[in-house]
Amino acid sequence: MRIFVCIKQVPATNKVAVDEKTGVLLRNGVASKMNPYDLYALEIALRLRINPGDTVTVGTMGPPQAQAIVREAYRMGADDGYVFSDRRLGGADVLATSYTLAQAIRSIGDFDMILCGKQTTDGDTAQVGPAIAETLGIPHAAWVSRLSVRDDGLDVVQQLQDNVEVAHMPFPCLVTVEQDICTPRLPSLKTGLAVADKPIHIIGLDDFLDTDAEHYGLAGSATQVERIFAPENDAPRECWQGTDSLERLYTHLHQRKFI
Amino acid sequence: MAQIVIVSRKCTGCGDCVKRCSFDALHMEGGQPRIDAGCVACGACIRACAAQAIIRLETKGKQVDKTKWTGLLVYAEQHGGKLHPVSLELIGKAISLSQGTSHVVKTVLLGDDIDACAQELCHYGVHEVYAYDSPALSFFRADAFAACVEDAIRQMKPSVVLVGATTQGRSLAPRLATRFHTGLTADCTSLSLRENSDLVQIRPAFGGNIMAQIITPDTRPQFATVRYKVMDAPARSVQATGAVVRRTLPKAVALSPITHVSTTPLPKAANISEADILVVGGRGLQKESDLKMVEELASLLGGEWAASRPLVEKGWCTNQRQIGLSGRTVRPKLIITCGVSGAIQFAASMNQSEHIIAINKDPEAPIFKVAHIGIVGDLYEIVPGLIAKLKAHKEADAG
Repeated sequence: MRIFVCIKQVPATNKVAVDEKTGVLLRNGVASKMNPYDLYALEIALRLRINPGDTVTVGTMGPPQAQAIVREAYRMGADDGYVFSDRRLGGADVLATSYTLAQAIRSIGDFDMILCGKQTTDGDTAQVGPAIAETLGIPHAAWVSRLSVRDDGLDVVQQLQDNVEVAHMPFPCLVTVEQDICTPRLPSLKTGLAVADKPIHIIGLDDFLDTDAEHYGLAGSATQVERIFAPENDAPRECWQGTDSLERLYTHLHQRKFI
Repeated sequence: MAQIVIVSRKCTGCGDCVKRCSFDALHMEGGQPRIDAGCVACGACIRACAAQAIIRLETKGKQVDKTKWTGLLVYAEQHGGKLHPVSLELIGKAISLSQGTSHVVKTVLLGDDIDACAQELCHYGVHEVYAYDSPALSFFRADAFAACVEDAIRQMKPSVVLVGATTQGRSLAPRLATRFHTGLTADCTSLSLRENSDLVQIRPAFGGNIMAQIITPDTRPQFATVRYKVMDAPARSVQATGAVVRRTLPKAVALSPITHVSTTPLPKAANISEADILVVGGRGLQKESDLKMVEELASLLGGEWAASRPLVEKGWCTNQRQIGLSGRTVRPKLIITCGVSGAIQFAASMNQSEHIIAINKDPEAPIFKVAHIGIVGDLYEIVPGLIAKLKAHKEADAG
């Protein structure tokens, strides 16, 4: 079985300061890490690699620095890793991002299963996974909390509204996984030494099947960011600082009929 | 679509554009700025450039004829014959967007044995309800559901499609938007309509540190998802105002390779989105067992407890109880936050609450900007103190 895992490099902290006057993000030297939700997808992939010939390939769209998270995936045990890096891929929205990843995956080879984290911590849209499945024309299941291989396909467990639904999907298919699906392993030091020089493939638009730059990046995006601005902040209506806060709080809740 | 270009002969190399860029997409190279892959063409650099050396090049793509796509379509979600309340909230928003325009509001409803549900929708000011009713739709499969909504969209040609940002909606909408090769904006907190039918979508971006205003300028329909409890549901009219249109299933439904294995009802879990009173624990809690205190206060007030993202990441609770962009949006009558700093992705998901009381040691914590009452103090004094007072009050009542 060949498994592909989509990963993404995200800022290591979401405590990014914003200049309130200009709405500009102040991100001086913010460190990066692998999107934490991708670790669950990668862990599941590694656990499904049971038979000889099974492989786990990871890939990410990003600048050359994104090699760092591919290296991390190697330390966890991934067999092969790609960075899809090209100036012309930049500024992509969901449509262009999923198209890029689908093209990249196709140009690498055939996979039985594509795994994604449920969302990223920087975009938070949870849309790219299902959109890749649509572009590739394969079925998908999102927010999967458990999965097992059966009859040349997957049994997937999803929590949808009031029910736990179990469905079966044949390969090839795409799954986005919940964070409670497993506990990701820590990158191993021993594996780390062994894979320190393992090559990371860096490919760009010219390596894809569709090389028309109009379909990628900003040019291939359907949405356009018109402006960005700092969220509105109302002034505090009341601020209590003294030792009598507890007493005031109790009285306040009483007056408001919460007690 | 647009592209940002620097006119080298005008550029003075002052570097103001580099400082002004929120996306870290500009760097000085050989005395001139260079745009890299991070650029989203937001145009902030254009406004920053005193020399007017930065321009936006509109790359005119194949623009759709916008007049051929009119009206607003709401994807109505139901479970076991019960409408998800987000569907009514979206109808409410769609109706307010349509007022004073020629747009009408329609809905599409899918499921098994949904006639009563479809009739009910007709009482909320919608023009038409497209109903796809079949045992094949008794459980959610993104591909089969997408085929039905695709059929509805091809029939109606709506300018805008609104989908609830539920587990179902967030799985369905990306398939549909990709199928129509158009834009999808997730978790919009504000929507308005321009005269040219462009939908102005505002959503928190960058983990919620800033807000982004996004449009889908060249393609139709324009897809947007909105979370539960962000918009207001309309009042139910006694008289039905719309009509149900029963549609036959598109062939693709039968071709779905996904098969149903089993359905088990979940044990009735606490739903923080439904609670009227919430007590929330945040990073200020020092250890997992301190959550008990938050739980106890919530239960004494007759409410539910919830948590901010750091506690979920520590594994102290599941994201079922998480407030935030990666958790739930809440709008209770009363919310008391204990040791929550109030990062904007948290604040954006609770700032519609009727009454917000925040307890935090740090007077600079952003939570105080959204709180109606901010208490600068130690939660380890205030919360146990309040619990003791409430207990005493209860005992006095009982006595």
